[in-house]
Amino acid sequence: MQGRSHPWANALGWLPETASQTGGPYVHIGCVPSFAGLEGMYGGRDLGASCRRDGHVGEAITVEGRVFDGTGAPLRDALLELWQADANGRFAGEDGSDPAFDGWSRQPTDGETGLYRFETVRPGRVVWPDGRMQAPHIGLWIVARGINVGLYTRVYFEGDPANEEDPLLARVEHGERRATLMARGGEDDVWRFDIHLQGPKETVFFDV
Amino acid sequence: MRTMIKRPGAQGALVQRDLSIHPPAHAPGYKTSVLRSPRLAPISFDASPTEATGPIFGPDVVGPGDDDLLTNYAAPGESAIGPRIVVMGRLLDGSGRPVPRALIEVWQANAGGRYRHKRDGYLAPLDPNFGGCGRCMTDDDGWYSFRTVQPGAYPWPNRANDWRPAHIHISVFGEAFAQRLITQMYFEGDPLIPHCPILHTVPDAAAVDRLVARFDKSATIPMDACTWRFDIVLRGRRQTPFENRMEGL
Ligand SMILES: [Fe+3]
Repeated sequence: MQGRSHPWANALGWLPETASQTGGPYVHIGCVPSFAGLEGMYGGRDLGASCRRDGHVGEAITVEGRVFDGTGAPLRDALLELWQADANGRFAGEDGSDPAFDGWSRQPTDGETGLYRFETVRPGRVVWPDGRMQAPHIGLWIVARGINVGLYTRVYFEGDPANEEDPLLARVEHGERRATLMARGGEDDVWRFDIHLQGPKETVFFDV
Repeated sequence: MRTMIKRPGAQGALVQRDLSIHPPAHAPGYKTSVLRSPRLAPISFDASPTEATGPIFGPDVVGPGDDDLLTNYAAPGESAIGPRIVVMGRLLDGSGRPVPRALIEVWQANAGGRYRHKRDGYLAPLDPNFGGCGRCMTDDDGWYSFRTVQPGAYPWPNRANDWRPAHIHISVFGEAFAQRLITQMYFEGDPLIPHCPILHTVPDAAAVDRLVARFDKSATIPMDACTWRFDIVLRGRRQTPFENRMEGL
């Protein structure tokens, strides 16, 4: 292994992961500088501001919500990233994936209301490692001041019959907690997904 | 512009994250973490394609000069004020393999310790020629570099008199969404390092030490900029020769 010569390598050549640190209060300067007020930085367009373009395949949807702390106050300084399959269940960069869909986007929570909003498409189904199919879902990564390691969760769609056979949802031992992974609504293709960092409604987070 | 490009070859499962080297979610010395930390155990699973893949950015995502914080926000012909430095290193994964063509984004305070942000009220002045962010891509061998000013230390509201050591925030993409990482880089010899509640949310002394960049005299550019070396390691992929792997995983 190439790592063998690195001073951090163990006897087998494996290197330890770099420790995570909070994104801090100014994560937006680095990741969405135009939103943060750095006029004209990187051509004035934040990377990942949108993930779908005209002509994309499938159903256009909006996923929006807020991130709440342990007192129920919304975080107004968080940053979220989404990664998901396209409408046919293929990831960007795979053969046959939708060229008008990136599958990745990032959005800040609004500095006043705390609302985040993704304009995306309803994802298709993706295989689970043992060959079963997963229900349609979106991967969501949340960073903010006070979050030491980025939090990972998934957005499922309430009422989708495939949820009943989803291998990961089946692993959520306390059935009532599955509800924390469900986006609700769907009227006018707007889905609501609130995230609770702690408290009685604490969202299920995953260690992958 | 095409943001995403074709992904490279194999995407095996990831090595389990060693949580003992990462800060716990609930770290009372860093007060903001108290209300923003999940209290229930996360649910573990072996990455599915949603976690084992991730965005792969094309080279045109990064523009010329994006990696030079001395000038990327400056008026033409001008430059940010402060000690000129180069930060360089390699992006590797846990198996020691370089991670090529990966996007790295950085942000930092200016040389006086002030961020260009409406919520930063520190009395140190803004530098009109310093924005405070930059980005670059690793090369085929996983090397990255950017040029900037050495950031200043700054006070922050935690305990009454807490100061952040000089640091640069770094966001890294690997090839899998489960490798996504944000960290902070510190500077060897900074007397504030032992006192920083945020750095010391990391429970493992060796892991703390790996967040401290080394002054690299041999890479320093004469009469121009001091160079700091900072390698970054993302989670590795499992290398199990007899694993039953589904097609496409
Ligand atoms: Fe900072």
